[in-house]
Amino acid sequence: MEKVKLDKHISQQFDSDLEALKSQVLKMGGVVEQQVIDSVKAIETADSELAEKVIRIEDDVNSRELALDESCMQVLACRQPAASDLRLVLTVTKMTRDLERMGDESQKIAKMAISLNESGSAPRGYEEVRHMGKQVQEMVNSVLDAFARLDANKALEVAQADKQVDREYKSAMREIVTYMMEDPRSITRSMNIIWALRSLERIGDHVCNIAEHIIFLVRGLDVRHSSLSEMERKLERK
Amino acid sequence: MQTAIKDKVKTDKPADVNQAADINQNVKNMKTVGTPFSDNAKMTMRNVDVFYGDKQAIHDVSLDIGKNEVVAMIGPSGCGKSTFLRCINRMNDTIESCRISGEFRLEGQDIYDPNQDVVPLRARVGIVFQKPNPFPKSIYDNVAYGPRVHGLASRRSDLDEIVEGSLRKAGLWEEVKDRLMSSGTGLSGGQQQRLCIARTIAVSPEVILMDEPCSALDPIATAKIEELIAELSQNYTIAIVTHSMQQAARVSNRTAYFHMGKLIEVNDTKRVFTNPEHELTEAYITGRFG
Repeated sequence: MEKVKLDKHISQQFDSDLEALKSQVLKMGGVVEQQVIDSVKAIETADSELAEKVIRIEDDVNSRELALDESCMQVLACRQPAASDLRLVLTVTKMTRDLERMGDESQKIAKMAISLNESGSAPRGYEEVRHMGKQVQEMVNSVLDAFARLDANKALEVAQADKQVDREYKSAMREIVTYMMEDPRSITRSMNIIWALRSLERIGDHVCNIAEHIIFLVRGLDVRHSSLSEMERKLERK
Repeated sequence: MQTAIKDKVKTDKPADVNQAADINQNVKNMKTVGTPFSDNAKMTMRNVDVFYGDKQAIHDVSLDIGKNEVVAMIGPSGCGKSTFLRCINRMNDTIESCRISGEFRLEGQDIYDPNQDVVPLRARVGIVFQKPNPFPKSIYDNVAYGPRVHGLASRRSDLDEIVEGSLRKAGLWEEVKDRLMSSGTGLSGGQQQRLCIARTIAVSPEVILMDEPCSALDPIATAKIEELIAELSQNYTIAIVTHSMQQAARVSNRTAYFHMGKLIEVNDTKRVFTNPEHELTEAYITGRFG
């Protein structure tokens, strides 16, 4: 045995299959990230046209999900991947599911934007949407980055950031409920804001799931259903 | 560039794209990672070195095989897994240039003790080879051969019982019960291999060694043998050398990865195939070299 490259498979086709999986999922991630950004912007700027665009793109996201599942099935059936390759394929199938759900949530936010535009703007709550939207967008961006770089620590940071979003969500909720009590006429419109915030919070949860999948991919550790401190401990121990 | 291999256990760093490792230089210094030892050992091997003439084929390998456990040995061609397996029932005794040092114990008893007779040893530690090798005798005589030699049956009826029992355990009885007196070599490859397994278990061994038992068989015969291994493991201790990673994953409790005569990693099979501890194991089972 002479010098051996450990980073490449003997079968180059297998290498390119796996590379294709990675780049496909990153592309899908890019589309969903844009969807999230646009849906928040549609609410902020009362842009129904942009909201329509977010809704239209959903078809594209769905077909990407199907294509990725197909590719993963192909790799599983033909290559019987093991160890890190197996973890990559499993991670990709789980990630596409979460990404697709994130797309769905963006679509919901976009629908709220349209409905807010039609009913006249809500009195309050835009600031909260903008604020949480920004946090969630950053999370989406970081998690895709962590996947591209196979960076478990960065994934952990993203999971930590989700706790911040959850806190933000709760406090925004309290404020909006207060507005509604002060001015019952605003309830319908405020509810739209609440739904949008709720969707953002869900997107944060999906990003957090993806971060957990990435830790599984990189380190082989299953950190689902663990608290943040447990996750940190598990990551340190290895 | 030797960075990839220097650190024996995997680091968190993603694989560097241009990493090339001179495995030859570093393997010699590697220590086995994982769990090579067992609390309930049937066989214990310690610090085993094997030489063929000047060439060292096995370097300081220590491994336990637990009671009723299936241990799979995997690794690239020429890594020493078959050599190691053959040492376990002294099959290498017949090779003139082969020199073995270290300890091999079967339930505490040194099998390389000068007073140890290899014939009863091989009755206790049976072996099945890659190519089915039935004797050119009837199916019945193939299975009855061992019990006769070892004097395990005093009456014909006892012998019949042993033959039937062994063929049943090997999953072959139903297929051959009506033609026990026809030649063993007339069976299909998969049946021949199961006949060889029946022949091995006819002398009630404690340990069964299998050296790539399925590599000459079709998928269905392979599946039958694998099924058989699972059943046999309830009563026997099994060590199997295989080139099929999926087979190792399917049949074994622990997997031992050999590389250039070193035992690199031993771990639970589940772990080895999902998250191996050593970089070389990972590289081999994912098809990055071999």
